[in-house]
Parts: sequence; structure tokens; C-alpha cells
Amino acid sequence: MTKAFERPKALADVQQHYCPGCTHGIIHRLVAEAMDCLDINGKTVGVAPVGCAVFAYNYFNCDMQQAAHGRAPAVATGVKRVHPDNIVFTYQGDGDLAAIGTAEMIHAAARGENITIIFVNNAIYGMTGGQMAPTTLAGQVTQTTPYGRNTQTQGYPISVCEILATIEGVAYLERVSVDNVKNIRGAKKAIEKAFRYQKEDKGFTLIEILSTCPTNWGLTPLESLDWLRDNMMPHYPLGIFKDKGEDKA
Amino acid sequence: MSEKLLMKGNEAISEAAIQAGCRYFFGYPITPQNEIPAYMSKRMPKVNGLYLQAESEVSAINMVYGAAGAGARVMTSSSSPGISLKQEGISYIAGSELPCVIVNIVRGGPGLGGIQPAQSDYFQSVKGGGHGDYKLVVLVPSSVQEAVDMTIEAFDIADMYRMPVMILGDGLLGQMMEPVVFKSYEPRQILEKTWGTTGTEGKRKPNIINSLYIDPKDLEDKNIERFERYKYIEKNEVQVEVVDCEDVDIVLIAYGTMARVVKSAMKIAREQGYKVGVIRPLTVWPFPTEAICKVARTAKAFLTIEMSMGQMVEDVKLAVNGQKPVYFYGRTGGMVPTPNDIVEEIKKISGGEKL
Repeated sequence: MTKAFERPKALADVQQHYCPGCTHGIIHRLVAEAMDCLDINGKTVGVAPVGCAVFAYNYFNCDMQQAAHGRAPAVATGVKRVHPDNIVFTYQGDGDLAAIGTAEMIHAAARGENITIIFVNNAIYGMTGGQMAPTTLAGQVTQTTPYGRNTQTQGYPISVCEILATIEGVAYLERVSVDNVKNIRGAKKAIEKAFRYQKEDKGFTLIEILSTCPTNWGLTPLESLDWLRDNMMPHYPLGIFKDKGEDKA
Repeated sequence: MSEKLLMKGNEAISEAAIQAGCRYFFGYPITPQNEIPAYMSKRMPKVNGLYLQAESEVSAINMVYGAAGAGARVMTSSSSPGISLKQEGISYIAGSELPCVIVNIVRGGPGLGGIQPAQSDYFQSVKGGGHGDYKLVVLVPSSVQEAVDMTIEAFDIADMYRMPVMILGDGLLGQMMEPVVFKSYEPRQILEKTWGTTGTEGKRKPNIINSLYIDPKDLEDKNIERFERYKYIEKNEVQVEVVDCEDVDIVLIAYGTMARVVKSAMKIAREQGYKVGVIRPLTVWPFPTEAICKVARTAKAFLTIEMSMGQMVEDVKLAVNGQKPVYFYGRTGGMVPTPNDIVEEIKKISGGEKL
């Protein structure tokens, strides 16, 4: 009998703490599958953020460091510079990466730091109870934008891939989604490609993954997927924003 | 290298770090420590090491965290406002039990303060600085030679106890040139860093570098365990110089470059017939409480001299524990007390003028 489906080796056999319907579970699995696929589990060092994925250090079967809020790219830089042959990734949410960690993100990119950032964008701070994030859409209701995000007073959402695309040190940037099977498969391919680029020393890679937060959006898991498609995708279009190419080293 | 070299304090500290096997330096410019990143950027590539200029002190200390967690000997340096920015990272490094060396070439504060030498970061260095229950070993050199010796030792101390060690200097020490010798030294016995994130290579369970303990009992246990180690350090790592404190009336206490001025003052005061001695802490955490307490039995009074509004004096008072009066004299903002200023204070105390 052949086994058609099993837990990826890089995914720890422990119960995760994520809310029902949250897409972090899918994304963890995709990262682990990509590690299995490239057989880099024993060489990988992950950096967990502050936010919903704070316990990610327990969920991957590889060495992990937990970083202060927003500082994961700096921590990853430290790890990578000591062990350039390791595959080093950070796993960060929108608040972590695009608010408090903006400087660390941009300068890691500017240095062409040979790391991979898995950026989970669900347009809200999840762990702290659903506050406005840097990626919260105009008009979106959150705990701290109870009347909807007013761009006059609360500013505009930040588009990470579009910003980073202007930076020379970036090797690969793609925005993907995990709202349906086709997109999940695309997300996996993108993560794999980012890790492969890192293995080939191509430079900084970031995969932005549109994700849901049913708990803080106040929607069911299925409604959340619709909300992602109807609201996030038009503002955050999927696609490749930069790709230095497979062959160029 | 064993010949005598004339070096600036900041450069000597940098070379000492390299001699101690440090191959990773993450920095950010700030006066008066700029010679350290400058030296490192020149020297590190020659020894297959890394100098990296971060986008901020916040980022630099988090690079230190990552590199230390990956098992490297790593250093960063800054001056007061920059050290304030590093406090978040220092707390995480202490909480995650990582070794590293942090150099603070102190300038006047608070805020942007000034760029002249000061000792007003004592509280920040010794009492925590960042959030949570933790300590740093804080070494306070008073000469360029001592800065070299202490920097080398700092890496061993950091590795031995898996904790951050701070070299607390000041603008004077960083900027002045003195002859130094890089002596060969006997390294301490240090356990292999089996805990580092080097990649499992499929041969062991994953290593996790972390300071999060969501169960309060676990966090308390971790803190208690850390403080047990601190007790051991307090017993074994205190360094102090006690100069002629038998049968004296007034004991002068100072650290770092201030202690050199104080020794000159002691000489002048003795020539004028005052019976004074000097206690100079070489470590301010662990603090030489015992040495001070012992002298307090025979001395009549203590005078703490600092380039601050009075910070270490609180630890001196705790050490003296009410046995004898403890006086304070300090200048701040980059002003440095002269030997004569100190002699005047000694006269006031002797004459009963000073409360």
C-alpha cells in the first residue's frame, strides 16, 4: 500500500494553537513541505515572530530562534552570516513585518540578505485581539478602527511587495494566497522557489501570503475566504513582483 | 603580539575582541565610540570575520542575538543613546541565555545629552536597563591596558555563564591613547555550544533559542535558575582594587577613568596629612559589596566620586549598610572632577562641614 498523504517531516507532530479556520496551519504545512521537498530540514534555521505565530518554534522540525517583535530579519541576518550554508527563514505577520519591523525588513532586502521571509498578511493584528494593522484596508473595521479605517486620520495600507520591488538586493518577490486549492498549490511552489533561490545564493526572497483571521474579522472560516477574495485580492493583487530568474546566480 | 603598542582605547578594545576570537561585529555609528566600528570594518575582513553596519542599534543588537544563538563569539558597541535602543535586544539575549559582549562608551545624558565622557549609565548597566529580571556582568576598565584585558576576559565570562557581558567605559577611555600589550592569556574552560542553531543535520533534536515561557511557573523557575547562577557569579567574579585602606579615615570609591583622578587626589590628600584610601571596583555587577563592608568596620567615612549625579553611591550605601556615613561628589554632563575638587571634598568631610 502506498501512502498518499502524510505529515511533512519538517512539521512537528504537536497540536498547534491556531484558531479554527485560520490559515496559519496551511501555511506552516506548505513551508514544511517545501523543506521536505528540497531536503533542507537539517540545514534550516527558522525565526519565529511575535504575534499569532509566536509559537512557530515548536511547530517546525528544525532549529529555531524566537525574535522580538519585528526584529526577525535582523536575527535571521545574524544566523545567516554565521552559517551561510544554512537555509534561514523568518515567519512574520503583517504587524510584525510591516509596522514595527519595517526598518529590519527594508534593510535586510537592501543588503540582499540571503534569507527568506514568509510574510503572512491577514490585514489585522491577530494575537492581541484584532487591532488595525499596517495592511488593514481602507474602511476595514477592527478593534482600533471601530468606525472603519479612515485614511484621512489613520492612513493607507502598506503594500509590502510593491515597496520591496524597487530594491536592488531583492531576488524574488511573490504574492500568493491560500484561499483555494489552486492558490495553495501556487503558494507552495512560490515558497519552494524562494528556498531554492536561497540555496543558490541569489539574495533576498519574500513570499507574501494573503491569509484569513476568522476570529478577529468576525466571520466564519468560509465567509473569511470570500472576504479575502472580495476585499484583499483587489487591493493586494497576486503575482510575481520581482524575479531575478532561475539561472542568474 | 606581545610588543608594546600605542593605541586609542576604542581601537584597543576592538583588537582585543579579535584576539579573543570574536569574528562577528554588528554596529551603528555614534560618538564617542566610532573608532570601534571603523577598526572592525578594516580588521575583520583580514581575519575572515564579519563587520556589518546595521540600520539601527535596535537591529544591530538583534543581529547579535541571531549570531550568538547560532553559536558565534559576537560583539556590538555603542554609546549611551544607542545603548538605550539596544535594551530590548539585551533583555531578549539575557532571557534566552545567550553570550555576547556589549561595549558602552558612555557620554553625557539624558536624551541626546552630549558627547563628552560620563558615568551616568551606571543604573542602566547594573540595574537592568531592559525589562525583566536579569543582570549583565559589567566590567569597568580604567586604562587602555585594562580595557584590553577585560575585553578578552569578557568573552570567556559571557560563554561560561551564557549571558551578556558589558564593557562600561567612557569617552575618556575610548578616546585616549596609551601603551598596551596584548598578552597571551589562559582561556577559561568553556563548554561546547551544543545549544546553538547550526542546523540539526538530522542528527539531533531541534535547538530552540527562546525567552518565552507562557506558563508562569515555567517562567518563574527559569528566572530562579538564572538567579542561582547570578549568586555563583557574585561569589566568584567580583574584581576590586583596594588601595591602602587599613587605618584610614576616609575611603574614596570610584570606578573607570574617574578612579585615576581619585588616586591622584588620594596622593595629594595624603601629602597634606589626610588619611585616605581608595576602593576601585573593576566589576560593578557583581559589586564588591564584601570588600566595602569590610573596610567600613575600620574607616570613618566614605566618599563616592562619579561623573554622574550619583548612581553607584546607592550601591556603596547598601554595602556600607549604615555602618558609616557615605558622601557623594560628582560632576555630570561631560564635566570631569579634578583631583583638587576631590581634595576639597575630603577637607569638608574631615572638617565636619559636609552633611
